[in-house]
Amino acid sequence: MENRILSANEIKKILNKLADQIIREMGSNIAVIGIKRRGAILAERIKKILDKKTKRNIECGSIDITLYRDDFSAIGPGPVVSGSELMFEIDDKKILLVDDVLYTGRTIRAAMDQIIDYGRPKMIKLFVLVDRTNCRELPIQPDYAGIKMIVGKKQIVEVRLKEIDKKEEVVVTDIK
Amino acid sequence: MNWKRKDLLGLEELSRQEIEFILDTAKSFKEVSTRPVKKVPALRGKTIVNLFFEPSTRTKTSFELAAKRLSADVLNFEVSTSSVSKGETIVDTARNIEAMKVDCFIVRHSVSGAPLIISNAVKSAVINAGDGCHEHPTQALLDLFTVREVFGKISGLKIAIIGDIFHSRVARSNIWGFTKLGAKVTVCGPPTLMPRGIEKIGVSVCYSIKEAVSKADIVYLLRLQKERQQENFFPSQAEYRNYFGFDTKKFDLTKKKFVIMHPGPMNRGLEISTDAAEKENSLILQQVTNGIAVRMAVLYLTVRQVH
Repeated sequence: MENRILSANEIKKILNKLADQIIREMGSNIAVIGIKRRGAILAERIKKILDKKTKRNIECGSIDITLYRDDFSAIGPGPVVSGSELMFEIDDKKILLVDDVLYTGRTIRAAMDQIIDYGRPKMIKLFVLVDRTNCRELPIQPDYAGIKMIVGKKQIVEVRLKEIDKKEEVVVTDIK
Repeated sequence: MNWKRKDLLGLEELSRQEIEFILDTAKSFKEVSTRPVKKVPALRGKTIVNLFFEPSTRTKTSFELAAKRLSADVLNFEVSTSSVSKGETIVDTARNIEAMKVDCFIVRHSVSGAPLIISNAVKSAVINAGDGCHEHPTQALLDLFTVREVFGKISGLKIAIIGDIFHSRVARSNIWGFTKLGAKVTVCGPPTLMPRGIEKIGVSVCYSIKEAVSKADIVYLLRLQKERQQENFFPSQAEYRNYFGFDTKKFDLTKKKFVIMHPGPMNRGLEISTDAAEKENSLILQQVTNGIAVRMAVLYLTVRQVH
């Protein structure tokens, strides 16, 4: 069973709307960091929207949190480490951290640890496209969420983006 | 690809895919050493033992730094002060250290196969850091990584490995690595230091350094292991230098574009002249830098397989 939650058009609208809110609340002097893989794609899109709206060239990078995971022995053999690309100084910057889905909060914990290894940002705010509001395992909440929903533990939220999935939508499916 | 090995004993037993997987993983690790905080928590709480039965500065330091940048704890086992000098076998030594709950042994030994013997006796990961005349897999991996970084590929390149092929574990590992990844390997050196039948593993043999260099994209100069030349394989070091030493008088480095590699430590003025080592064609220090990333990748992949 597959339930469509957001269409391509709705994803676009959400990003645009939240971009306005981000500029209002964080100002234009910000940098965007996406969590690989789909968070990095969303970050790149948000950067482009922010660039247009602020007429600036906002810094944008991506991080791979594999090496910061807390489930070292649990994740099967040899996960692919794809590397991080943070080519700018993050000291004293306002960072918008971007991921596709917020679930247990452990990925965000890992991402914050990694960002802090690069320097001392002025603040980090969290953007997610989908916030699964139940099932949190750490005290982490998003500052900007495209959609908030309760999804059971036996289901997964799949964000499909045209850059890697060819389709563009958000669906809820049963775990196979 | 899924990595499933807990040991890295040589490149001979690895597939092309496995070698490429290590190189790809190492690429991500290289970035870690450029950060303000040069450390990731990937191996936090793991203990890695440098078990060196033969002297080494560079390899041991490189492994130690790689382990520390992955947040592992490192124990340097000093053989000269250990019970090995009291007659303990290497298996007993390894088992005793393992009884203290360690996760990985990095082994260097003058006897070929010593890391294999240890890996059969322990549950920890075992990484060969050079055994006798057999293999030195992480050296070859960092050489492959460096070549791929410079040329963007390995397949189709021509590499000339020059020097004492007979005693060289670096040469053997590089022959396996470069041939598996599709490069053409030529070995060159005095006939007395050329293993018989080496053509059978897919390399060409050449006894003239000029001829070997003329076709090469990569000139790989081996260290002349003075400690292994007691049997008079050649008349004198001066003669070795005249026939097989690389210098800028013999080769015009500006004419043909090739790179120079050396596993270190260099005998300047013997297998490589001082000015050649300093030329921009030289990748020697880039090799050393990449050694950290490659060893981080190897430690990360193997230690994860220990349960």
